Parts: sequence; structure tokens; C-alpha cells
Amino acid sequence: MLKLDRISAGYGAAQVLRDVSLSVSAGEILCLMGRNGAGKTTAMRAIMGLIPLMGGRVLLDGAEVSALPAHKVARAGIGYVPQGRGLFAGLTVAQNLEIGMRTRASPPDVLEEVLALFPRLRERYRQQAQTLSGGEQQMLATARALCLRPKALLLDEPTEGLQPSMVAAIRDVTLAMRAKGVAILLVEQRLDAVLQIADRVAFIENGRGGDVVPVEALARDRSIAARYLGV
Amino acid sequence: MEIGPYLLLATLEGAVMASVLALTAVGLSLVFGVMRVVNIAHGEFFMLGAILAWYVTQMIGGPPAIGFAVALVAAPLIVGAIAVAADMTILKRLDYDPERTIVATIGLLYIIQQLTLMGYGPEARPVAPPFNTRLALPWFEVKEGALALYWPWGLSTTSYKLAVIGAGVAVLLGVWAMMARTRIGLVMRAVQADRDMALAFGIPVERVYAMVFGIGAALAALAAVLIVPISQAHYLMGADPLLLAFTVVIIGGLGSLPGTVFAAILIGLSDGIISVFFSPTLAKILATLLVALVLVFRPQGLFGARRA
Repeated sequence: MLKLDRISAGYGAAQVLRDVSLSVSAGEILCLMGRNGAGKTTAMRAIMGLIPLMGGRVLLDGAEVSALPAHKVARAGIGYVPQGRGLFAGLTVAQNLEIGMRTRASPPDVLEEVLALFPRLRERYRQQAQTLSGGEQQMLATARALCLRPKALLLDEPTEGLQPSMVAAIRDVTLAMRAKGVAILLVEQRLDAVLQIADRVAFIENGRGGDVVPVEALARDRSIAARYLGV
Repeated sequence: MEIGPYLLLATLEGAVMASVLALTAVGLSLVFGVMRVVNIAHGEFFMLGAILAWYVTQMIGGPPAIGFAVALVAAPLIVGAIAVAADMTILKRLDYDPERTIVATIGLLYIIQQLTLMGYGPEARPVAPPFNTRLALPWFEVKEGALALYWPWGLSTTSYKLAVIGAGVAVLLGVWAMMARTRIGLVMRAVQADRDMALAFGIPVERVYAMVFGIGAALAALAAVLIVPISQAHYLMGADPLLLAFTVVIIGGLGSLPGTVFAAILIGLSDGIISVFFSPTLAKILATLLVALVLVFRPQGLFGARRA
């Protein structure tokens, strides 16, 4: 479904990612793990076309999305929930969701489905995004990405700084999306959370791709994670 | 004449200025708010509007109202198109970098100014107002314990000046409605809030930038077409509106449309009133002092949000 084929990327002259290859199948959660500064967020931004590739290709359903202008990557079917949520702060919940709905001209029933997943957002529908709590903002960021009916979903530390009930809500929605056949690339720092939700784990170190292991293997032998994460 | 009628007269003159200033400054503020581009060439788009109004009215001929009506539509459209072309050929190539676009728009200022000098010449030329009926204004006095209206000699304005105030208010309401109530306004506010996330949700940011730059310039041109029958069209007339527009957006808060309108009314009215009762120079000095105070005590402007 989503494939990174030897991608290299960075900021200006500074190269962060070097020849990273990954693939995420439909209905699979692949977790990207690595130390701070390893290149996880850079990989997400490179997939979305927000930073130019220095080499390699990104493919969605076999079609090269990295050849598209940045605004057409989302239209091809990739939803993005960035670290820090990236909400349109001055806009209301309804307007943030409207932007998501318009990305791929989703029919109105998609909005109803999304609001059914996050009933709290219905209560806050006319409220400005910046006035929501951290957990509600994360719900909104996730809901907005789901509004575009993604084939692939990029989640960059979606549970960072959230209280346990919110973490559970985000996890349940992520699992529901997997069940619907969405390919999910997840950046997550907490190994326990990864073991609960991921199908496979791909490690990244100093911008280079490392081992890719099934989550069961990681559960049996956590030393692999210790080697990459230093914990 | 007692002070009251003078105050009314000064307020009306100030309202004309506030109206035109608000349109010009809203264009500048819109461009900065959405694109983060400080457009030094904004005054030249104003000047082009006035020059084009002169050309159009000369070309159309006949009753002034017809030529003026055509100029009112054509000049902002042409100037907007020129701005879009400048955006696509200059600003886009600089990747909208805030520092480099300042230098580029300074260059654009000189190019537009010198090309206008070459084509239009150094003369200041008048544009006839579409209508210009003199309207006597009433004042009141207390006579035998009751209020009575009377018509002081010399207390008058023109129908055109009132129309400029009305047109300014109508266009500003239109801009507000566009930003708050339309799909394109929503898209513009999304780009303003977070350019990258706008891209990540399928918004063609560069196309939005080109449109915003065009709208900003068109608003300046429209302001110029409205004021040119009161002043005159001249190739150096862009400097004052640019300075005043910056004064307004600094006081109101760069990128804040309500702040810009508030500051335009404040500066316009105070300029009108102080100019009538004291001197235009004092009005400029006080406006500059206000800018200095805002920069020292509230650098984000009266309505601007402090950036993290």
C-alpha cells in the first residue's frame, strides 16, 4: 500500500534520512521507532511532500506520490497527524473538519462516521480549536485526517502528553482504522504502547533504516529495542 | 462658526481618509497575515490604480460617471492581475522567504514607479468625480430651551465624499464576509494558521498566495480609484499611502484585519480633526508618536497576537 523506496531527505543542505526503505500494507500498523533526531518526523514530512526528497520514491498503491506537488499528496489518499497536532488554531472544530472533508471531496456521511468515533468533538463543534484541551485537540487532529478517507495514515506521536483515557480513545480509533484496511505508519516512543497496537516495528538510527521486526518478536526479545533506543 | 460645526466637518474629512486608508491597509495586512510577506511595493499598486483610473476615464470619455464606473472595476482587476504576475514570477521563486521578499518588493516598487514615469510622465492629472453635488450640512442650537436645526454658512461636504465613505464601508464588509463566510476565506485562514498543514490537506498554497497578493493589490488600487477624484493621479503618489498603511497595520497589529480597520479609523479621524484644528504636520507627528509607543509597549499591535 504505502512504500518508501530508498528515500533520502533533509533540510537545506543537511541530510537527515539516507536510503530509507519501508512498506506498510493495507490494514497494518507499522511503528517507526528510534531515538530523538533519528529522522522519524523527517520521514513523515518527506512522505507528505513537505520537505523535498533528495533521492528515492514514495509510492501509494503502486503510484509514485513523491512526483506530485505537495498539496496533491493528501489528495492521493494520505492522511497526516503531525507531532504537535498542527491544527488550524483560529478555526473552529467544524472548520478544521471541513478542511479535511474538502481534501478529497468526502461525502457528508464520512463526517457523521468521524463524529461518531469522537463524540466529544460534536459537543465542541463551534468552539475554536485553540480553546480545546490537549486530548480534544489530538482527537480533532486525528478526526480531521480521517475526514479525507485516507488509504494510508501517518500518526506522529499521537498520544504524547495525553491522559490515559485519551490515549485509550486514540488507540481504539487507530485499531478501528486498521480494521477498515487503512495502512498506518505510527511514530511512537513508548515501547509498551507499541507492543499493544503495532503489527511490525521498523527501527531507524541516524537517518538510516534498521531492523524491521514483527511485534511478537519484539515482545519476546526487547533487547532489539534497547539497542536502537538506548533504554 | 462655533467649534461644533468645525468638528463635524473635520470628522467627515477624516472619515473619507479613514475609509481609503482602511482599504489600502487591509490589503497590506491581508498579504502579511496570510503570506508573511511585507509588501513594500503596496503603495505602487495604489498609485497604479489611480493612474489606470486616469487612463480609463480618458479612453472612455463621455459623462464622467461612465468612465469612472469602468475605472472602478477595471483598475483593481488590472492591478490585481499585475500583482498575481509579480507573485508568480518573483515572490514564488524566492519561496516567499520573509527577508528576501522585502528586498524584492523594494525592487518591484522602483520598477513600477519608473515604468509609470516613462509611460505616464511626471504630471499630476485630475480625474473628474462621477458626481459632486455640494451638500449643506445642518447643525443645531438651543433656542428658547429647545434644540433647533440651522445651516451654518460654509458647513458643507460633497455627495462624492459621502459616497467614498459608503463605498469604503461596503468593501470592508465585503472583505469581512469573504474571510468569515466563504470557502476561499476559510482556505485563506487555514493557510494563515499553518502553511504546511494546509499543504498536507490538499490546499494549493502557492495558488492561494498568488490570489491573496492579487486581492491585496486590488484593494489598494480600489482605494486609489476612490480617492483620485479628490486628489490627483501622479507617479509618486504611492509613498504616502504606503507609509500611512504601515502606520495603521503596526498600530492595529500586522495581519489582524479588525485591528487594521480600527487603526485606520483612529488615524484617519485624528488626522482629519487635528489637521483642521491645528496642522497636518502635527497630525503626522502624533501618528508617528503613536506608532513609536505601540512598538515599545505593545509590539504586536493593539489587536495582534503575540507570537511564541
